[in-house]
Amino acid sequence: MDSINSYLFISSMLFCLGLFGVITRRNAIAVLMGVELILNAANINFVAFSKFNGMNIDGHIFSLMVIVLAAAEAAVALAIIINIYNNMNTINIDDAAELKR
Amino acid sequence: MIESPMITFPLLILFLPLISFVILIFFGKKLPRQGDWVAVGSIVTTFILAVYLFVQMLTSYDANFSHGASLSWIDMGAFKIDLGILVDNLTIVMLLIVTLVSSCTHIFSLEYMKGDVRYNRYYAYLGLFTFSMNGIVLADNLISMYMSWELVGVSSYLLIGHWFEKDSAANASKKAFLTNRVGDIGFFIGIMLLYSAVGAFTFAPIFDSISGGEAIAGMTLTLAGLGIFMGAVGKSSQFPLHIWLPDAMEGPTPVSALMHAATMVAAGVYMCVRLFPIFTADALTVIAYIGAITAILAALTAITQNDIKKVLAYSTVSQLGFMVLAVGTGVYTAAFFHLLTHAMFKANLFYCSGSVIHSMHHALHEAHDHDTDPQDMRNMGGFREKMPITYYSMLISTLAIAGVPLFSGFLSKDAILAGTLAFAQQNPVHFLLPLLGFSAAAITAFYMFRLIFMTFHGKPNMKNIFKDIHESPKEMTGPIVLLGALSFFIFYTLPSNFNPIKDKGWFKDLIVPRNSAVPGSLTANEIAEYAHYAHYLAMGLSLFVAAAGILLAVLMYQRQSISSEKLSNKFGFLYHWSYNKFYFDENYNRYLYQPFLRLANSISWLDWEFYDKYFINGFGKLTKSFSKISGKFDYDGIDQGLVDGFGRVSSVSGNFLRNIQTGRLQNYLLFVVAGILVIIIAQAF
Repeated sequence: MDSINSYLFISSMLFCLGLFGVITRRNAIAVLMGVELILNAANINFVAFSKFNGMNIDGHIFSLMVIVLAAAEAAVALAIIINIYNNMNTINIDDAAELKR
Repeated sequence: MIESPMITFPLLILFLPLISFVILIFFGKKLPRQGDWVAVGSIVTTFILAVYLFVQMLTSYDANFSHGASLSWIDMGAFKIDLGILVDNLTIVMLLIVTLVSSCTHIFSLEYMKGDVRYNRYYAYLGLFTFSMNGIVLADNLISMYMSWELVGVSSYLLIGHWFEKDSAANASKKAFLTNRVGDIGFFIGIMLLYSAVGAFTFAPIFDSISGGEAIAGMTLTLAGLGIFMGAVGKSSQFPLHIWLPDAMEGPTPVSALMHAATMVAAGVYMCVRLFPIFTADALTVIAYIGAITAILAALTAITQNDIKKVLAYSTVSQLGFMVLAVGTGVYTAAFFHLLTHAMFKANLFYCSGSVIHSMHHALHEAHDHDTDPQDMRNMGGFREKMPITYYSMLISTLAIAGVPLFSGFLSKDAILAGTLAFAQQNPVHFLLPLLGFSAAAITAFYMFRLIFMTFHGKPNMKNIFKDIHESPKEMTGPIVLLGALSFFIFYTLPSNFNPIKDKGWFKDLIVPRNSAVPGSLTANEIAEYAHYAHYLAMGLSLFVAAAGILLAVLMYQRQSISSEKLSNKFGFLYHWSYNKFYFDENYNRYLYQPFLRLANSISWLDWEFYDKYFINGFGKLTKSFSKISGKFDYDGIDQGLVDGFGRVSSVSGNFLRNIQTGRLQNYLLFVVAGILVIIIAQAF
């Protein structure tokens, strides 16, 4: 396991799974989880490239930054979802289509 | 232009009645007393002005007095119409007649028409009538004469039909108007014939170019003269257009007086007198015969009529026949003289008959009798004691119309008969003219005295109403007394002559006959000379026939020594002819009106059934089907196909495209992913 390809493979699988989750899930929380997967796929890429490309720690630091951002994003998103649930009694994102009507 | 009272006064006389007409027709209902004082005031003013002119004429005593003024009405280079007035002795005398009789009619009507439904309109129309007649009298050219001529026709139509609720009155007014139209067409043709030859409408240039003999002569001139005379045939109700005048009795009696004496029927004779110079010898012969036939036919009809106004109407027709006969035989001043004297005594006769009818009406009303005809002489009799003023005045006028010396009619009728006799002496072929004339004179005397005896003498035929018969009020007896007095000879022979059988006097001095403009005609002097020779014979004869007629009337209706019934039975055929007015109306109906109606019917059938239904409606149908096709194309092709098609295309494509815009974020994300994939795959190659 010293080739970059396996890292990239893992990260792209993770990215695809996350994307699939974002696209297909009806549950808002599941969508949020998909987003987290995508972010973590990116994190893997950052770390992998950082390791195999000059041995600096820029990638590690950036991934930490991403994790913080992801936490903040999750907090905001969950707040939105709770508000949706309060207003509509559901967290199905298909039902939250007020703007379309 | 307007410089002397000889112009301004006639213009005032002309237009005052018109102003009164305008005021009354628009504001009459709102004025106190419905504005009758406006009409009476204006007409009496015109009478005073006419008297002033008349006095002027007598004081200047100039036979050749003539004055005129005109202004250009239409001027289009070669075509020019001047309107103007011509004032000479003839005009002044005629104006006096018109305004006098019209004033009397206005005053008489104050009482006679009291409480009438259309009181103000009646007075308005009287004003219009007087205005139009004055227009004819003052005209100095054929166009303004023709315009006034038609106005007379219109206003007579309005007045005869004054009580248009009655069918008979409405029909009579229509008949009068239409019969007059027949004559007026001839008049117009005559005017146009003259104009096309002479190129002028004014009298003086027409006379000048006729006497020149180059512009128009011979047959054309005869035809033009006869055309113009046709107008007089209609207006003055000569044979064969005399049928309207007796029916015109449906109008109010004062209107009959005005119409019969001064305005309407006098217009024809006045026009013939005014235009005498244009008539050729041939035209005059025709005119003379028409006059003679009218005189005798109307006189014969009058014998058997029982309606007091019908008798007077036929006597008017007969007297007009005399006047036209006089024009035809060349003694046209005698015609005008008779017009003058006739105006006075005929107006008076009508007022008297109006007075009788008025009191009959009143008496019948008191007796609650609404079926008896108040105009039927068989219901009268013995009125002499009850209505002395009316009786004596009517007797005087009757003596005048019968041609008894001392009265005006004798002088004028004698002049006419002398002229006729002289004409026949010169042209023995025309011996019928004096024969008819003298017979008509005899018959006139007979039927007029029949009227007097049946109305005023004998015993009352209806005793139940006799006690309510009384003399009419002042407004009615005033004109009667005045006009009765004017039936005496003396008013026409002043100032030089007091001999009742001589016709010398102001009239003879001031109204002098002029020579005919037609080259080769007898001069006025020659005619006068011949008439002078025939004078004594004519006078003797006319005295004899008048006496014979009166005597016969006395024997039949006063003494009753000759039974009128036996006589009428004996000559039943003649009696029926006369009683039914020689079946003129019936024959006209059968041979003129009915064929014309049938012709009109068939033309209207052609017009409606054929032309309208197939031709006109065909166009409609064609247009309809065309528009149907074009409408279909427009609606189905353009509207539904093209215009709506655009809409439908955008709507369909919009509907299709809106499916993409789901509003779901996940869909968009899917598209984004798909797009990126496409880009990546495309880059890979």
